[in-house]
Amino acid sequence: MRERTNTASISPTGGPAVGGSAISLALRLLSIGPLLILILLAAVIRLLTPNFLKPANLGNIVAQTAVIAIVAAGQHLVILTRGIDLSVGASLALATVIGGLVFRVADSALLVTLAMLLTGLTVGAINGIVYVFGRLPHPFIVTLATLSICRGLALEFSIGHTTMRGMPDAITVLGESSSFGIPNSFFVVFGVAAIVLVMAKAMVWGRWIYAVGGAPEAALEMGIPVKAVLVSTYMISGLCAGIGAVVLAGRTAASSPLYGNLLELDTIAAVIIGGASFLGGRGHIGHALVGALMIGVIRNALNLLNVDVFFQMIAIGLIIVVAVQADVLRNHLEARARAREAASTP
Amino acid sequence: MRASAAPPVLAVHHAQKRFGAVHALRDVSLEAHRGEVLALLGDNGAGKSTLVKCISGVHALDEGEILLDGEAASIHSPSAARRAGIETVYQDLALFDNLTPAQNFYCGREIAFPAWLPRGLRFLSGRAMDREAAAVLERLRVNLPRFDAPVALMSGGQRQAIAVARATVFARKVVILDEPTAALGVRESRRVLDLIAQLRAEGNAVVLITHNMEHVIELADRAVVLRQGRKVGELKPNRANQQELVGMIVGAEA
Repeated sequence: MRERTNTASISPTGGPAVGGSAISLALRLLSIGPLLILILLAAVIRLLTPNFLKPANLGNIVAQTAVIAIVAAGQHLVILTRGIDLSVGASLALATVIGGLVFRVADSALLVTLAMLLTGLTVGAINGIVYVFGRLPHPFIVTLATLSICRGLALEFSIGHTTMRGMPDAITVLGESSSFGIPNSFFVVFGVAAIVLVMAKAMVWGRWIYAVGGAPEAALEMGIPVKAVLVSTYMISGLCAGIGAVVLAGRTAASSPLYGNLLELDTIAAVIIGGASFLGGRGHIGHALVGALMIGVIRNALNLLNVDVFFQMIAIGLIIVVAVQADVLRNHLEARARAREAASTP
Repeated sequence: MRASAAPPVLAVHHAQKRFGAVHALRDVSLEAHRGEVLALLGDNGAGKSTLVKCISGVHALDEGEILLDGEAASIHSPSAARRAGIETVYQDLALFDNLTPAQNFYCGREIAFPAWLPRGLRFLSGRAMDREAAAVLERLRVNLPRFDAPVALMSGGQRQAIAVARATVFARKVVILDEPTAALGVRESRRVLDLIAQLRAEGNAVVLITHNMEHVIELADRAVVLRQGRKVGELKPNRANQQELVGMIVGAEA
């Protein structure tokens, strides 16, 4: 209840307030809703299991969420452009396998890392180029195809091994160890999020992302280089998958063609649960992070509570439904606000 | 070249355009001057849209030429038209619902720094763009309830006003408005008409496509009527010749 009054007092920032403060209040609540739910969720889980907020467990959550958060950072850019990238999980797996192969030849953290990042970047570039220059109506199919191709290549390259042990020390330190009591992977998430935030919000390129997602036709009319924007977005999503590969390979000191299974769904769910719009043009990196954390917290809590793993999937599915419904509600409220605005024009 | 007064800012000479068997424009010529509203009238399929699309670079003329300030202009794409100083506001407005008015104003031509970086990698000067956009809206007397909200939250009239105001910022020569009041109620239409009058007062050349005779008589300094791809008349619209004008549009003998 306190949050309610707080948001009400924040709402009339800048300029004369719009009539229909109930609608604008509801819109405000929707925009911070996911964060409130996350906090509420944490409080409830704390009541159910005191272990939840212990530092060791929090470290667990961060480590387990890091990969989803990093890859979701790229996915959120793709979703901002009205797109979708189904290939991230498979290209992450392929990246770890190629990194593992490089490791067999040379025990160099630099070379292994570069191999993984380049793999992700290449898959992303292929996605973007085929989507844009193949004039496909939607990126769903091409990223579905690269999902299949990458998974197949990963299995082929790792001939018969479901896991290939071993990673250079520096990479395992990055994925596994902590500094100042905080898992190193947290710093990777932080760095990726900060860079994505600056690119999306402070740079012209980011404005173009929002423009392409908000109104693709208008973006063309206004002279925005739509093709370049789209290709670069898929490349960055691929690069994020590559970064996720480094963190995951580091945490497990291994690579595997089975890594990143269903990661595409986790990252899409994170972005949508966090509050970005599936229709494109709406959202920011905070949504991806909050959504990733929410998935991590739910999985962790249900583990702590010894709840069957199937229920985790059901719970996350239900939350996705709620999140999409919230997006629909937001569009509805905006239409109401627009109608009210037209009626009140002096 | 200095024989007469200043040449018209926009002149179309003997425009011809065919789409297959359809002869969409047959030898159409017209002129638009600064500080003038030119109404472009005609029934559906008369060739208004085709003519406007040729001027704004969407289509290319088969024959004929387009002169800007007396000089032949090659307008082969919408962005070339925009660079030449012609801004067109189509009925879809080309607004970005998810962006604020100022962000809409500058989308695709952002104020950003530093100049030595490729355009996409520059950093946005958000405050400069907000300030400039606010100044333009103020000058054009467009009142928006909020400057920091996405235009999705604004009414049809406000959105129209934003699109028109955006066009005027960048139109150094001609603003073309395609049925700007078609989707609006009476009060909101009023505000857009006031805005058009304001554009004229500031010395813009405005080409206005509309079906509303009241608006034509109120605002237009000249009217050009097209029918079946031909220019069938040009006159200064007023109450007295309203019937004549309607007769030209529908093709009835007066």
